Amino acid sequence: MSFIWPFTIGLSFISCFLVIIVGIWISSLSHIDKSRIWHNLLTHKSLQAFHEIFMESLLHRKIFKKNPVLGYMHMSLAFGWFLLIVVGHIDACNHLHSLSVPAYKAIFFRYFVTEPSTTLSGKILAASMDLLLIFVLSGVMLAYYKRVNSRMFGMKKTTQLKIGDRIALSSLWLIFPFRFLAESVSAGIHHNGSIISQPTGNLLASLLPIHLFEMPLWWAYSGSLALFFMAMPVSRYMHIPVEVVLIFLRNYGIRVKKRISGFSRIQVYSCSRCGICLDSCQMNHVAIKDTQSVYVLKHIRNRNITDEKLFNCLLCGRCQPDCPVGLELNDLRITQRIESTKEYNSSYEYLKNGKVAVSPQTEVIYFAGCMTHLTPAIIKSMIEIFTMAGVKYWLMDEEKTACCGRPLMQVGQFEAAKKLIEHNRERILATGAKMLVVSCPICYKVFNEDYALPGIKVQHHSEYLLELMVENRLAIHKLPLRVVYHDPCELGRGSSIYHQPRLLLDEYTELVPMKNEKEGAYCCGGSLANIKIQMNERNQIRDNVLDEYLSYQPDMLATACPLCKKTFAKSNKLPVHDIAEIISMAIRQKEITAPEVSEDKEVLKMEF
Amino acid sequence: MKDFGYTVIKQRTIDYDQFDGRLLNEVLQMEPSFKVCLSCGGCTATCSANDLVSFNVRRMNLLLRRGETIELESEIRKCMLCGKCMLVCPRGINIRNVIMLIKKGILKYNPVKS
Amino acid sequence: MELKRNSLKHIVIIGGGIAGIETASALTDAGHWVTMIEKDAQIGGKLNNWSNLFPDFTPVDKITDYLQEKCRQKDFTILKNTEVNSVHRNKDKFSIETSDNQQLEADAIVVATGYELFDARRKEEYGYKIYDHVITSADLEQLFKSGGDLSVTAGQNPKRIAFVHCVGSRDEKTGNHYCSKVCCITGVKQAIELKKHLPEAEIFCFYMDLRMYGKHFEELYREAQEKYDIQFIRGRLSEASEKMDKSLLIKAEDTLSGRPLKMNVDLLVLLVGMEAGKGTTSAAISCNIGCEESGFLKTADSFLNSNISMLEGIFLAGSCTAPMSVNDTILHARSAALEVSSWLIKH
Repeated sequence: MSFIWPFTIGLSFISCFLVIIVGIWISSLSHIDKSRIWHNLLTHKSLQAFHEIFMESLLHRKIFKKNPVLGYMHMSLAFGWFLLIVVGHIDACNHLHSLSVPAYKAIFFRYFVTEPSTTLSGKILAASMDLLLIFVLSGVMLAYYKRVNSRMFGMKKTTQLKIGDRIALSSLWLIFPFRFLAESVSAGIHHNGSIISQPTGNLLASLLPIHLFEMPLWWAYSGSLALFFMAMPVSRYMHIPVEVVLIFLRNYGIRVKKRISGFSRIQVYSCSRCGICLDSCQMNHVAIKDTQSVYVLKHIRNRNITDEKLFNCLLCGRCQPDCPVGLELNDLRITQRIESTKEYNSSYEYLKNGKVAVSPQTEVIYFAGCMTHLTPAIIKSMIEIFTMAGVKYWLMDEEKTACCGRPLMQVGQFEAAKKLIEHNRERILATGAKMLVVSCPICYKVFNEDYALPGIKVQHHSEYLLELMVENRLAIHKLPLRVVYHDPCELGRGSSIYHQPRLLLDEYTELVPMKNEKEGAYCCGGSLANIKIQMNERNQIRDNVLDEYLSYQPDMLATACPLCKKTFAKSNKLPVHDIAEIISMAIRQKEITAPEVSEDKEVLKMEF
Repeated sequence: MKDFGYTVIKQRTIDYDQFDGRLLNEVLQMEPSFKVCLSCGGCTATCSANDLVSFNVRRMNLLLRRGETIELESEIRKCMLCGKCMLVCPRGINIRNVIMLIKKGILKYNPVKS
Repeated sequence: MELKRNSLKHIVIIGGGIAGIETASALTDAGHWVTMIEKDAQIGGKLNNWSNLFPDFTPVDKITDYLQEKCRQKDFTILKNTEVNSVHRNKDKFSIETSDNQQLEADAIVVATGYELFDARRKEEYGYKIYDHVITSADLEQLFKSGGDLSVTAGQNPKRIAFVHCVGSRDEKTGNHYCSKVCCITGVKQAIELKKHLPEAEIFCFYMDLRMYGKHFEELYREAQEKYDIQFIRGRLSEASEKMDKSLLIKAEDTLSGRPLKMNVDLLVLLVGMEAGKGTTSAAISCNIGCEESGFLKTADSFLNSNISMLEGIFLAGSCTAPMSVNDTILHARSAALEVSSWLIKH
């Protein structure tokens, strides 16, 4: 009987630990976030959360979509164990004719209750328990196998494990086999088993002196449970309880902010280290294998994150849609970068010295963006289009203009970025404009999310041009060119603008759809968010992406970001043009010439 | 009486033996691409901050290599990290990382914060 | 005039520019049979595009007339509008298939496919083909040659003209890490020529380094400063933008004074570098000889075997191996002919 103590101590320990730590986290939330919890606790939002917990934490629907075998493995362990506990309790309550049963009685049911079940309901419950255990064991088998051959699960890589993880993993994998053996042995002795445990027990009885094994096996079962509970705080399995808390808070509208808080800690602990984020990370192409989200979250949790890992990420966001827990991976990284660089934010006092041009009154402001000045064809095309459509605009950043501030934010210099934002905001608001059109998606994201510009509509030029087209203010002329469109990270995943550029390109060119696009699009490699990567590594990433684009045999690559354009144009394998350039060219009905195809220059004929 | 006024002239000559290379070595170790700068000035030419205030990116290399940490500390703050310099650099130097490394490293090697 | 042949050896030369013609001529004089294959309708290659050569402004006709004369004597076979499709080695001979389905047999091959100029549209920030008043050194040379009206490209009475060095060379952003050698002296030469055309104009050269490597180059540079008031500013241009009147505003840093510099110019001339051309790359593939990372062809070494490729029997002449000036190319070609002859004697 005393074998229940390891389990009981373990369970008490982890319960207390969870209550305390979740309590600390929630109490550290801001006032607004706490009031969000209060206001939404008794609303349908909680039901939404329960639904999400059922679909994702138990059934792992997202993982099923990625790969059915992987989904089955996670589901069998999570849902199976959940059902074992629930049905086990029902079984115990049913058998002992009581509405509540102490935990150890339910968990070690087959030890304590040695008579087989006589009622139909009892028999059904017992059989269900056996089947559920097999269900879980099938998942455990798959988990063993995945360590050895992960490709079958649609994953190319598995996470590296440290000591806490290894102990928890091993004990988790042992819990169910031990339970199965213990129940079977008890069935063999007392004949209280069901459809699977009974035959197994009988088989064992015929081979071994099973009465010697009964107590050791129940001790082993209890011990592995205890070990699992004790190891949980230092392992990835914290995600099991913390994920539930996360889902509730997220449904109440709480999001990761710019400061480390209880909520960001909750997200960090919710990472199950499933490793699905590893495969979509393009850093693998340049043999950088230790800076992906799963590893950075682990280091943040263990408070030993280094700048080399934290800043070596393109913030492309490809890992985010794949995360089965729906963690805000980019924002978590930015928040940590803010923490890491907080001691050296500049104050940009010089912005106040009045050197900038006075803002004229205008309806439309055109902010080209820092990078766009190095791709002047984009600015020229936009100016031509504005002129053709009869729009009066002000080219705000023709000269003497501060950067939009997002490159600073991406590397964590948030306080510094706020200075630039405030400066630019004043200039924008002073014009009385109603519309701000930008050519650079990096600028677009920050103008949209972090600049408070009341009464001003912020649009990327692809949105703006689509509106002009729909209003019949732009001539339409289809060019006979096969074009593939590269989704810029900050415009696509970053701002959910996928369709507008495509609708435009469909009208003006022959747009060729690709396999990896929209939410699954690649990053060009030129990202400003990564300050550690070297030029040759960026070139490698870009070349891999281009090889895939070239397989569609396009005449041209279209994009909507000057940084992407510059990055792809370096390779000279495929002509790259911005959407604005394509439209302007089409409208002026000029032939588009590809820079790489160097036609023979005019050669004076030599007569002889 | 005429006052001859002997003025003490501050040393204009660079005395390379007095050079403290710790910050330079740390930056070069973490970002070796910085070694190949040929001081062409393209970075300074395109710099966004340069339009608004006197800020010379190219000089950061020089200041670092001559141990002028005080001037480096006040100058390096002007950078807005916009990245235009990196798009122009003919040697492909990872300039933004150099700037961040200097900003971080200077906290260690130059405790006098102005 | 039929030349007596005292050899039965046949050499095929791929490329009919300076190097091709000079090698062909020298090998013919040595008594061998030569076929020269040229992909264009006329021979002479890029030389046809130039007006006057550095450093002494020799009119290009002197060289082109000389080359024309060599070809006119018809001592060697010239196949124009023809390209090489494939090259195979059959024991100690080469079998060459051309684009008009001829099969040639050769004892040795000389690759003289030359170079191509960097396409300045790839440096988008300089505005070539985006702004009207930006041209390349090749465009300017054409204008000198044809006697074209500069006011079309430079506007009436251009007051300021700027030359930009190292366009497409020494630049990680274009993938060409090497120096193209001849652009600096071209810039100095054209600056002087332009000043002669427009004595009232101010002319500036924006450079990173001034590579005056050859005979009389440094003297020409001095003359440019002394006699023609050309100003040299050490600083790399980062970008150009167009003003309402179509003139250009350029941004650079004057590194020697340590300050950023802005300037309004009426004409911007981009000194474009040399690149390994498509002809060279396809020759490398069909002959199976190696390329350097720069795309130019690999020579067996840089000192004693700079005409010899990585494969026996295939020789290299001219700027398909590295950026070269006209006089270097002529020397390289003559040396290639000598190497071929010596090799043929031993085999």
